[in-house]
Amino acid sequence: MNMELYLDLHSQPCRSVYLLAKRTGIPFTFKSVDLSAGQQFGEDFGKVSVVRKVPAMKDGDFILTESVAILQYMVEKFPQLVPGHWYPSDLQRRALVNEFLSWQHTALRAHGSKVFWFRAVVPVVTGVAVPKEKMDSALEDLKQTMDLFQSKFLKDSSFIAGEEVSLADLVAIVEIMQPVGTGLDVFEGQPALSAWRERVKKVIGEELFDEAHQSIMNVDCLAKTFQDNGMLEFLKPRINKMFT
Amino acid sequence: MALEIYLDLFSQPCRSVYIFAKKNNIPFEFKKISLLEGHQYGEDFGKINMMRKAPAIRDGDFCLAESVAIMQYLAEKFQTPAHWYPSDLQQRARVNEYLSWQHMAIRMHGSKIFWLRLLIPKIMGVEVPQDKMDAALEDLNGSLKLVEDKFLQDRPFIAGEQVSLADLVAIVEIMQPVGSGLDVFESRPRLAAWRERVRVAVGTELFDEAHKDILAAQEMVKNMDASKMQVFKPKILKLFL
Repeated sequence: MNMELYLDLHSQPCRSVYLLAKRTGIPFTFKSVDLSAGQQFGEDFGKVSVVRKVPAMKDGDFILTESVAILQYMVEKFPQLVPGHWYPSDLQRRALVNEFLSWQHTALRAHGSKVFWFRAVVPVVTGVAVPKEKMDSALEDLKQTMDLFQSKFLKDSSFIAGEEVSLADLVAIVEIMQPVGTGLDVFEGQPALSAWRERVKKVIGEELFDEAHQSIMNVDCLAKTFQDNGMLEFLKPRINKMFT
Repeated sequence: MALEIYLDLFSQPCRSVYIFAKKNNIPFEFKKISLLEGHQYGEDFGKINMMRKAPAIRDGDFCLAESVAIMQYLAEKFQTPAHWYPSDLQQRARVNEYLSWQHMAIRMHGSKIFWLRLLIPKIMGVEVPQDKMDAALEDLNGSLKLVEDKFLQDRPFIAGEQVSLADLVAIVEIMQPVGSGLDVFESRPRLAAWRERVRVAVGTELFDEAHKDILAAQEMVKNMDASKMQVFKPKILKLFL
């Protein structure tokens, strides 16, 4: 039986897992979990993951959550499919990848997600825009994180770990694309960052990259989707808790 | 040049790196920094880690931040016993899963409790509003429940029969709210039993030594000069209040 990947491509960590699997030809069954319909809270998905988050992987009896762990697992399990540069065995290169994968949780991921929620989700659910002060603060955090990403993690290299793409670039790009989906072009006026994006897209494959990002680039649909799925009342208290 | 490890044992990720290095007899120079005194903002430290955080290492020309990455690096470089970061595919995945999950869960929630109970009242001169405290406690309890019900279950350690990086990272984070006077183990016998297993596996003397400062935090914070800590005010207002 194929490995099952439980995914919603609106979610950044789902995209990185999806992209690695598709790019390298790892056989899997795509199990859709519609976050906008609250499917992560359903009984079926509860049997897969008590944490109620995506992505999740089911490989036979073995269930694994956390995209970073899933990516590392896929690299290790399919050495014949996944070239070594994705998770280099060289001590220092691997350390650079690990350093980024650790840092990104509370930096690029946290701030990119927040801007996404503030721009695309909160106004739809609550009916009002996020107060300017909060929005400016979130945008400032994202800007600082992006600056740090460029000055520390990219520096003058082609990719985070050096001259070849790795899991770090994959995780970075999907997180950076999240605020982009709301119409915030973080690449504007950033030639070095844009050049890096193009290099990563080329390695992944333009068609595959665009396909994976189709949902997030169409978040205007979210308003209607939440309404159709009856999710507005469900999301309201969660949003209040997250951001107040 | 010896491996340099920049540490402040008030910080959870510094404790895991310290314990790991000492337990495995990894030779290193302990470079003490004080986060509450703002050493991370100094020019010299900026050259080691421009993210201005601890822990950080300098190994010859190579600088590295992020405790998880540091321990993975040290484990590989010094070929520490396999149980710390098992090579078995599924066991390693269990460790990686925990190391990933913990950043935005137990680490975040345990840190917040420490700030809300100890540092914020000291620096801002006011107690944190009850509703904020309650919400933070609810989050911490949720994370602790997941540690018990998902990551440990009925296993002696997170990855199985032996201690690993996952347990080390978990324990140092859980000890942080304990340092603020909140005994999270009191009502959790399974968790307390696991703590003792980790403490023994690491070495009780080393464990206790690493946690000496954080367990004396209430007293230490009481004696700190709040006027010297005002630099943290904007961060506090932004993150917690």
